[in-house]
Amino acid sequence: MPMVEVAGKSFEVDEEGYLTNLADWNQDIAGYLAQEEKVEMTDSHWEVVNFLREYYEEYQIAPAVRVLTKAISKKLGADKGNNKYLYELFPYGPAKQACKIAGLPKPTGCI
Amino acid sequence: MAGPQFEVPKLTEYTDVPKIKEGAMAHVKSFPAAEGSQTFLGYPWALTDDWHDRAINKMGDLLGKYRSLRVFMDACVHCGACTDKCHYFLGTADPKNMPVARQDLMRKVYRRYFTLPGKIVPWLVGAEDLTKETLDDWYSYYHQCSECRRCSVYCPYGIDTAEITMAGREILNTVGMGQKYSSEILTKVQKIGNNLGLPGPALEDTLLGLEEDIELDTGVPVKIPLDVKGAEILLITPSADFFSEPHVESLIGYAKVFHAAGASWTLSTHASEAGNFGLFNGNYEVMKTVAMRIRDAALELGCKRIIVGECGHAWRVAYSFWNTLTGIGYGADDPFSIELQSQLDSRFPQPMHICEYTWDLIEKGTLKFDKSLNDDRIITFHDSCNVARGSRMGDEPGGQFTIPRNIIMAVANNFHDMAAETIGEATFCCGGGGGVLTDDLIEVRVKGALPRMNAFNNVVQNNGVNFLGLICAICKAQFTKVLPYYGFDRSMVGGVHQLVSTAIKLD
Repeated sequence: MPMVEVAGKSFEVDEEGYLTNLADWNQDIAGYLAQEEKVEMTDSHWEVVNFLREYYEEYQIAPAVRVLTKAISKKLGADKGNNKYLYELFPYGPAKQACKIAGLPKPTGCI
Repeated sequence: MAGPQFEVPKLTEYTDVPKIKEGAMAHVKSFPAAEGSQTFLGYPWALTDDWHDRAINKMGDLLGKYRSLRVFMDACVHCGACTDKCHYFLGTADPKNMPVARQDLMRKVYRRYFTLPGKIVPWLVGAEDLTKETLDDWYSYYHQCSECRRCSVYCPYGIDTAEITMAGREILNTVGMGQKYSSEILTKVQKIGNNLGLPGPALEDTLLGLEEDIELDTGVPVKIPLDVKGAEILLITPSADFFSEPHVESLIGYAKVFHAAGASWTLSTHASEAGNFGLFNGNYEVMKTVAMRIRDAALELGCKRIIVGECGHAWRVAYSFWNTLTGIGYGADDPFSIELQSQLDSRFPQPMHICEYTWDLIEKGTLKFDKSLNDDRIITFHDSCNVARGSRMGDEPGGQFTIPRNIIMAVANNFHDMAAETIGEATFCCGGGGGVLTDDLIEVRVKGALPRMNAFNNVVQNNGVNFLGLICAICKAQFTKVLPYYGFDRSMVGGVHQLVSTAIKLD
């Protein structure tokens, strides 16, 4: 598996650039992965990324899109609790792109 | 993940047969399967030293097991009827994506090792030794086939290209050339219960959240029950229905239909997946192992009916294979089947498609709708390949085409079909079926969607269509991803039961 070097630490990623080891994640590697994805991280992006990690810690899976939009809606207001807002933040799709930046495994299946 | 750069085909009024471009898609390589998942599935994960003999032995094994494969290898007369029927050829112009050429990648090897003329005078009969280059070609082009079987409709001999692709992938797995996407999914479904890897507690949490949403939206406490023993109906649906947009809208639709009908139903944590990627890989044993979870859940929960949600190849496996795989189905009299048959209610088809269930209730007048609630939508319907060409609905020929359309017209006022040569049994694949729905094959997916996108664009331009109605999780995910490449908004994509959900009246 390829390795990437960020802020003096090396990280193993898979062929699609997803972090192999969840525990390796930190803000530096998140910033690097976002850059690779051409996503400019703002507070709004971090809100999503942090929620994904919290949810994963509890359930061992990324939240369903509905669960995510609902959490965002509670936190940031109903106008942001929708799929469109998430796509604005993560244009390649919130499930895959946001998970990647959050250091979570890529969701698989018919999604 | 920005992905490889490639040129998106231009939309045209008709899908013209392209001028061929040799090797246009030879660079496409799906990511190889990793050690963990291949070991779990019982395959090597790197090319074995004895790959040549293993491949030929496996081919011999499959030729012996599946008489159809031998017939398909022998029967082709190279008439060319299939050449311009494949969406991947039409979208990529690569001649190896002509179904006959894709088949010939295997046929030339078959002739060399399994026919007398091929063994004696290979140069006269187009027979060739199996080389590593040939295997690489297989890996590339057997992952540029969605096993949609459109070519088979036009083949005068009825050669089923899908079966050849399946055999090709099984041989590739056997020599250590598995595909990451399918391999990971087949591991997750066996370890966790669904393709997503959604564990029970997460599923429970997700469903509770959806119940809240529905009640907030409608004021009616519609339930989405999980693991309820003694429920009459067991619903088996693709796990994407729990996870993704727009899939989840259809799940809400099923729940509302069950609620309105006063039905006793449940989902199962153990069998929280309708999709069965064992079909895509051509491995009957894996397909059986995956399907057995449904039998086990049905026996465990004591359900009397099994209904399948909106999932194309799941319905094909359910309709065509569940009887022998799991004993779910009509009439078998072996002890394995009898155990389940004595529990299932014989007054209903087993299994039943959710569209059959809903349409039956509509015909009986059990469900009431306010069609005007769908008036902002002008709808068309895309027939999913595995439903269209691999199964049926209802008790009349062509029911798989009429029933979903009848449902749409019962719940909405505006419906326009796409051109006749692109729907029904001639339907074009979405471009993401058969284990192709993965980011590493995005170029194949986008280009393969061209014929469907052309037909869709015509009804968008001419009839103002703004909603692409679907009954398959793969189609939903594929179009959500691919529509924007062609300049359409991804929110045009949705499920048939999403339309039901919008218009249904609840008490």
